[in-house]
Amino acid sequence: MILEHAGNAEARTLAGWRKLGGYASVEKALKGMTPEQVGEEVKKAGLRGRGGAGFPAGLKWSFLDRKSDKPRYLVCNADESEPGTFKDRYLMEHLPHLLVEGMIVSSFALGAKTSYIYIRGEYMYLLRLLEKAIGEAYAAGYLGNDILGSGYSLDLHVHPGGGAYICGEETALLESLEGKRGNPRIKPPFPASQGLYGCPTVVNNVETIATVPHVLRMGGEAYAAIGVGKSTGTKLISASGHIKRPGVYEIELGKVSCEEFLLSDAFCGGPKNGRPIKAVIPGGSSVPVLPLALFLKTAKGEARMMSYESLADGGFVSGTSLGSGGFFAMDESACMVRNLWNLTRFYHHESCGQCSPCREGTGWMEKVLHRLEAGQGRLSDIDLLVDIAKKIEGNTICPLGDAAAWPVASHIRHFRHEFEYHVKYPEKVKDPRHGEREPVAMPK
Amino acid sequence: MPKVTIDGQTTEVAPGTTILAAARQIGGALVPPAMCYYSKLKGSGGKCRTCLVKVAAQSAANPNPMPKLVASCSTPVADGMVVANLTSPEVLETRKAIVEFLLINHPLDCPVCDQAGECDLQNLSYAHGLQRTRYEFERRTFEKIDIGDRIQLHMTRCIMCFRCVYTADQVAKHRVHGVLGRGDAAEIGTYIQNALDSDFIGNVIDVCPVGALTDKTARFASRVWFLKPMDAHRACTKCSGKVALWVKGNEVIRVTGRRGAYGEVEEFICNECRFDRKELGDWVVEGPRRIESTSVISANHYTDLKQLHIVTQKHLEARRLAGAGPEGSRPRGPHEGGQADPAALISG
Repeated sequence: MILEHAGNAEARTLAGWRKLGGYASVEKALKGMTPEQVGEEVKKAGLRGRGGAGFPAGLKWSFLDRKSDKPRYLVCNADESEPGTFKDRYLMEHLPHLLVEGMIVSSFALGAKTSYIYIRGEYMYLLRLLEKAIGEAYAAGYLGNDILGSGYSLDLHVHPGGGAYICGEETALLESLEGKRGNPRIKPPFPASQGLYGCPTVVNNVETIATVPHVLRMGGEAYAAIGVGKSTGTKLISASGHIKRPGVYEIELGKVSCEEFLLSDAFCGGPKNGRPIKAVIPGGSSVPVLPLALFLKTAKGEARMMSYESLADGGFVSGTSLGSGGFFAMDESACMVRNLWNLTRFYHHESCGQCSPCREGTGWMEKVLHRLEAGQGRLSDIDLLVDIAKKIEGNTICPLGDAAAWPVASHIRHFRHEFEYHVKYPEKVKDPRHGEREPVAMPK
Repeated sequence: MPKVTIDGQTTEVAPGTTILAAARQIGGALVPPAMCYYSKLKGSGGKCRTCLVKVAAQSAANPNPMPKLVASCSTPVADGMVVANLTSPEVLETRKAIVEFLLINHPLDCPVCDQAGECDLQNLSYAHGLQRTRYEFERRTFEKIDIGDRIQLHMTRCIMCFRCVYTADQVAKHRVHGVLGRGDAAEIGTYIQNALDSDFIGNVIDVCPVGALTDKTARFASRVWFLKPMDAHRACTKCSGKVALWVKGNEVIRVTGRRGAYGEVEEFICNECRFDRKELGDWVVEGPRRIESTSVISANHYTDLKQLHIVTQKHLEARRLAGAGPEGSRPRGPHEGGQADPAALISG
């Protein structure tokens, strides 16, 4: 649905996009609906935030402080920097007008007169694409003063970030947008009451906003009929790793089983090099990793589906999370210690340094993991890592601390034998590709 | 007025009060420690995580606990809120972990640090820290930097509380330093070597919870516990002129703000009072400052041991009959109209 016209060069221009039915939602909303009605449709659709946390978008919109006499803002979070996630990039590259359209109707629903797309610094080429699309929309009267004669005015700006992962956290994003250091704010107050420049603000992911035009086109109830239970609609999954067909896929939530997604030729196409898949991280680097068996079937023995609920089945002990849809699969040649070290190195590098558990803990974990990976670790290091992760989790200002702690806890929970292998055979693990020569066997 | 219960003690506070402020209102041991929060600096707090507490019931209307521990310095109370600090094993366990995190990149060079004896981090680690470290890697180190001719910055000791940044913004009104870098590479600096020279910038020394910012005019002059802190004032056009003088004999070793409850100064003082008035004659000495008897600073001020007078009902009765006041024969201090004897005063 979202990716319907992706790859069609026509969809990149305003004229072409209109030919494909684009901007119909703008006409529908601005000419025939009240902002409340638009919000109601999104609520009915059960649309959940696509950035990772899966918070219902309609509910988030309803928290916006509408009594305040301050201006309201809508900010689109295009600071997609979770390792393994590249769905927003694909979306913005191929369908820039879909995002612009979504921004217009969402801003209309929220009563925002100025809206921003905060895009990560590395996506500079997308910034130019988006600015071109916005320029076309201004020229066609979809942006600016008195849009389509409805009396509603909107200015839309694209703002590049400096390339910091932390600026994907909504309050750090707002700080950065205000021109300050991208440190997350202490909540409460939440952005819904005091966000950008102290004014009520809603921050939504690119994919969430790009879904809103479809919700309006179909109607909220029709959209909610897609998917299963509370996982309504479709979700973009960016698949990578040791699979035959990496790429961005749109799936109907809850209708595709994990097995089908991983092995079928319509999606990932199975393992790439003939080696069996060992582990899967289904929702971007911060969500817990699962061994293949637990990924395909829940602890109860049911087939796992690609949906918010099914992936989370079993909590963090035997489940994981759909997160942002950054799916990556690793075959048995991958070293889980090295993988975890690499992930932790990322979180260490991206920690803002504001609060102490994350600032000091991520670096500590990275150093211990580096030692283990190099074959210089001790058995006690494994428990030390679990302990540090436990003490970071939940004790930080923003979720980056949790995001750093979860992979550590889950890698050790499910692949402790590989960490022990690194302690027992320091000579073998000196070669970083030791898994290719001699895969570490899963314990029975 | 919302009512809040902390560790079993209930108090009524103004709406919008934070849990930490409510705890301070009750006072005593149940007050969570705070390394980055400073009540006189707007926006401070929330960063060090030492003041995390457990909210066992959010409010009378919603008696559910909060899912995570919350920073008491930045969480407002609600009516009927129940908070556990010392009574929660989870909080104490976490606090121990936070102290461990704070000490990872701290050099523990207390024997050569000017702050030792009045250091918040030192107190915190005595109260909540581990006896040993589990961290086996190299700690980060920095060269000492002179930021201005009166203040020295030793980043090695810094715990990134951001207090000095807020001080420069709000007290000195002119900030040339800030936080550079990210994560554990974050540091306080001026980017291009610059001097901190606005009128009230010396207060960054007082707000620093550790020995990262020190007074160059008093560095290594004496350990704090060899000095006698005296309340003093002078007519100052820039600030209130009310300071604490740290005296050794007749020599003023250093001048600071009057650090009172929870290590916070009563009033910010200007650079002239702090750095340029080092003669006793510049000051009107009011008397000795009260020092907590548990503080190491009080240790060297007991010149000799004195017999403790135990006053019983029988004594009082005997004195009343003899026509004397209930005060008895204790030598009276200057506040009570007696002779000022510095040695006796400080031991009193």
